Amino acid sequence: MAFKGQIVIDTERCKGCAVCLAACPVQCIALSKNVNGKGYNYTETVNDKCIGCASCAMVCPDGVISVYKIKC
Amino acid sequence: MNQDIEARKQELLNQGYTEVYTKTKVLTDAVMHYCPGCGHGTTHRLVAEVIDEMGIQDNVVGVSPVGCSVLAYNYFDIDFQEAAHGRAPALATAVKRLNPDTFVFTYQGDGDLAAIGTAETIHACNRGENITMIFVNNGIYGMTGGQMAPTTLIGMKSATTPYGRRVDINGYPLRITELISTLPGTYYVTRQSVQTPAAVRKAKAAIRKAFENQKLKKGLSFVEILSNCNSGWKMTPVQANKWMEDNMMPNYPVGDIKVDGKLVENVDVARLAVDHPLSVMQ
Ligand SMILES: Cc1ncc(C[n+]2csc(CCOP(=O)(O)OP(=O)(O)O)c2C)c(N)n1
Ligand code: SF4
Ligand code: SF4
Ligand code: SF4
Ligand SMILES: [Mg+2]
Repeated sequence: MAFKGQIVIDTERCKGCAVCLAACPVQCIALSKNVNGKGYNYTETVNDKCIGCASCAMVCPDGVISVYKIKC
Repeated sequence: MNQDIEARKQELLNQGYTEVYTKTKVLTDAVMHYCPGCGHGTTHRLVAEVIDEMGIQDNVVGVSPVGCSVLAYNYFDIDFQEAAHGRAPALATAVKRLNPDTFVFTYQGDGDLAAIGTAETIHACNRGENITMIFVNNGIYGMTGGQMAPTTLIGMKSATTPYGRRVDINGYPLRITELISTLPGTYYVTRQSVQTPAAVRKAKAAIRKAFENQKLKKGLSFVEILSNCNSGWKMTPVQANKWMEDNMMPNYPVGDIKVDGKLVENVDVARLAVDHPLSVMQ
């Protein structure tokens, strides 16, 4: 069964550590060229390949990412 | 709380999506002061998730250390005590003995637990206090600027070992987790890590077990978490996690050491105690 995922990133809390990027199996997140209020390049979604596996959320030290999925 | 974020999350639920993960309410909304990518944040998250899933938010007391995690009480929405440097297991002993049905845990770094607090650690373990100890080992004194800790690897550079730790001057890295596993008072002893999704899931299961064990009143549960101190190691967080896998893990093997009061058969604690740890290259 395949799933389509969506993540919600609390960009103001993101510290741009990139640990989540290394954990994503489908490379659908990257650091933005823009910075948040604290000056960090925050994580953003770059394509619609997300499968809702929550690997990014598992390794994020700051609990920035919420993960949702739906059957497709 | 960010209203836009909450609205977006609700919108997805309305569209029929299921929530797979969101930050637990047992963590406050305070932004953690930890450096980007620091394993302290991940470890906080796991402890908070376990407290949430066990439904014990109103019946748990944490004891924070001196070290980077000194402010842990700002991040958990639970009762907390702040101990003097290294004394968390002694304070936790008092809290637990006065409130035997309350879940009590310490959260300590390697400098706190294995240097200045070695006596408190060993005696709480040896007395078999019915508490959980969470031990974040990053091989360094992170808070004070990256000085050598008892856990610093041979050859590892730190502010006080600029050419690398030397056995003839600095002695051997201390594997305190193996050491306390030999004490009859410890009921569960394990070493985990938090650098990959799989490691995080295993570490969380270990923390859950360490909390559940308190109900049995059979002794102390001890969870070491290998963690990066990317600032102290002077690396990016991603490099630091890789360095941890390549260097910390051969010296500090991940896995259960003692389960349900019995040493795990294929873990040779005696051999680990005498074997020279591998030297690291930086
Ligand atoms: C009595 C006393 N001695 C020394 C210090 C200085 N000091 C503060 S934190 C620390 C060590 C912290 O290292 P660790 O426990 O490994 O925590 P980390 O920051 O690495 O998580 C030291 C030596 C102090 N605050 N109090
Ligand atoms: S949920 Fe999985 S697929 Fe989606 S961004 Fe996170 S790691 Fe990538
Ligand atoms: S792991 Fe968390 S804090 Fe780090 S870049 Fe990803 S979302 Fe931001
Ligand atoms: S100094 Fe090290 S242990 Fe402390 S917050 Fe920074 S990375 Fe984490
Ligand atoms: Mg430390």
